[in-house]
Amino acid sequence: MSRRLLDRTWLALRLVLGCALLAACAQVPLRGTGDLGIVIERANGRVAIVDTTAKSVLGHIDGLGDLSHASVVYARDGRHAYVFGRDGGLTKVDILLQRIDKRVMQAGNSIGGAISQDGRLVVAQNYVPGGIKVFDAETLELLSEVPTESKVVGLADMPGQKFGYALFDKGEIWITDLTNPRVPVTQKYPAGLQPYDGLVTPDGRYYLAGLFGEDGIALFDSWHPEAGARKILENYGKGEEKLPVFKMPHLRGWAVAGRNAYLPAIGRHEVLLVDTASWRETGRIPVKGQPVFVMARPDGRQVWVNFAHPDNGWVQVIDTLKGEVVQTLQPGKAILHMEFTPRGEAVWLSARDDNAVSVYDTQSFTKLMTLPAQSPSGIFFTSRAARMGF
Amino acid sequence: MRNVFGMLAAIGIQTLAMPAYALAGEVQTHAFDVRETVRLVRQDCGSCHGMTLQGGLGTPLTREALAGQSAATLAVIILHGRHGTAMPPWKSLMSEAQAQWIAERLLEGFPEEIQQ
Repeated sequence: MSRRLLDRTWLALRLVLGCALLAACAQVPLRGTGDLGIVIERANGRVAIVDTTAKSVLGHIDGLGDLSHASVVYARDGRHAYVFGRDGGLTKVDILLQRIDKRVMQAGNSIGGAISQDGRLVVAQNYVPGGIKVFDAETLELLSEVPTESKVVGLADMPGQKFGYALFDKGEIWITDLTNPRVPVTQKYPAGLQPYDGLVTPDGRYYLAGLFGEDGIALFDSWHPEAGARKILENYGKGEEKLPVFKMPHLRGWAVAGRNAYLPAIGRHEVLLVDTASWRETGRIPVKGQPVFVMARPDGRQVWVNFAHPDNGWVQVIDTLKGEVVQTLQPGKAILHMEFTPRGEAVWLSARDDNAVSVYDTQSFTKLMTLPAQSPSGIFFTSRAARMGF
Repeated sequence: MRNVFGMLAAIGIQTLAMPAYALAGEVQTHAFDVRETVRLVRQDCGSCHGMTLQGGLGTPLTREALAGQSAATLAVIILHGRHGTAMPPWKSLMSEAQAQWIAERLLEGFPEEIQQ
């Protein structure tokens, strides 16, 4: 190649690169991600990227597969997110560039995942084949797996590169230490009949698994692993007729307000109060239907509750000081999920059958904005990136 | 050329429209709302069985998974639940005819929701 040709090629390359860079700059203004979030649009396998300050939809990312039951965890940079699809798809997305970075099909039937304390590992929880799988958060390379021969529910990250989860078919809580991600070390604890979901407390100390097959909740104290899991709230439905449960409650929206935890009762139209110091039941609050999500506003003064079919058009707000429902709202048809803005001045609610997401002021209960979304379900804001168990 | 495209479009539309038409036609012959029933199965049964009915905490409800079962048995399970499992009785939320219709459609492969 002649010198002249080389020069020309180099010039052309610089022109192309320059344009590409300029174009990229024109598309993505410099900004942070602290007020961004993701809304799952379950009908068409895509997510919406939303801005909670402007209360607007910034764009969409398509091609995420079956999102009929999907969840999201954030990398600690608050820019990358991992979307777990029902079909076993695990997708790493960049919410600033609004594009897919990497995508793998990791299982046949999956319900969610979690990210490690140091942000380097992403773990998926699977129904088929039952177990957890450990991935490098950067490359999505499979590092190891723990087969369970049971459906896995309630996977949550815990301090010390550990993960807690419960086995629906085996009735156990497993704690897996991934200090060496290629060599998982698992401790197993009997929990009770049919755990349906689990959570860790905001400080990462306790792992709780809600039991479906019997009354009560299994509690594991990671500071005293030798004590195993014990049962709390054992008698909350005793002697009463079992009520049909039309939708399993979710425990992930863990609600701790003051010293109390607020938990959905199974089947009953009640929210249960538990003292987090003694782990004793301290009260029950009657609500409109079977609770699904029971979520505390970040300041703990309010707890918002949505419901299973046929009451899923309602949302109720509990004032935690008064210990009673102070507001009953009808934000739309089929309210599937709620998410508070980082400091809780507003809450976003997905109304699946209205194809809309509504934003409410949590102080005045007025509707601030309605945004279009196709069959919206989960809403996940980047403030989750810094929270344990989210 | 234009005719060919026109024909293709017509065939495409017809093929797509057929299931919707069949369901729309059924609305008159049932005491319950077929569209709402399809939605109930996909969305609410789907919260345990998966929206695609391929299973979740609940068992798969695809045609293949249910092969060999009778509609009558499935209707009884829908109405009365399954003891010892998480399957609730739905009798307070639907009629026997509706449960029977759902059971029969499940055995054939359940229809997709009609998007409005």
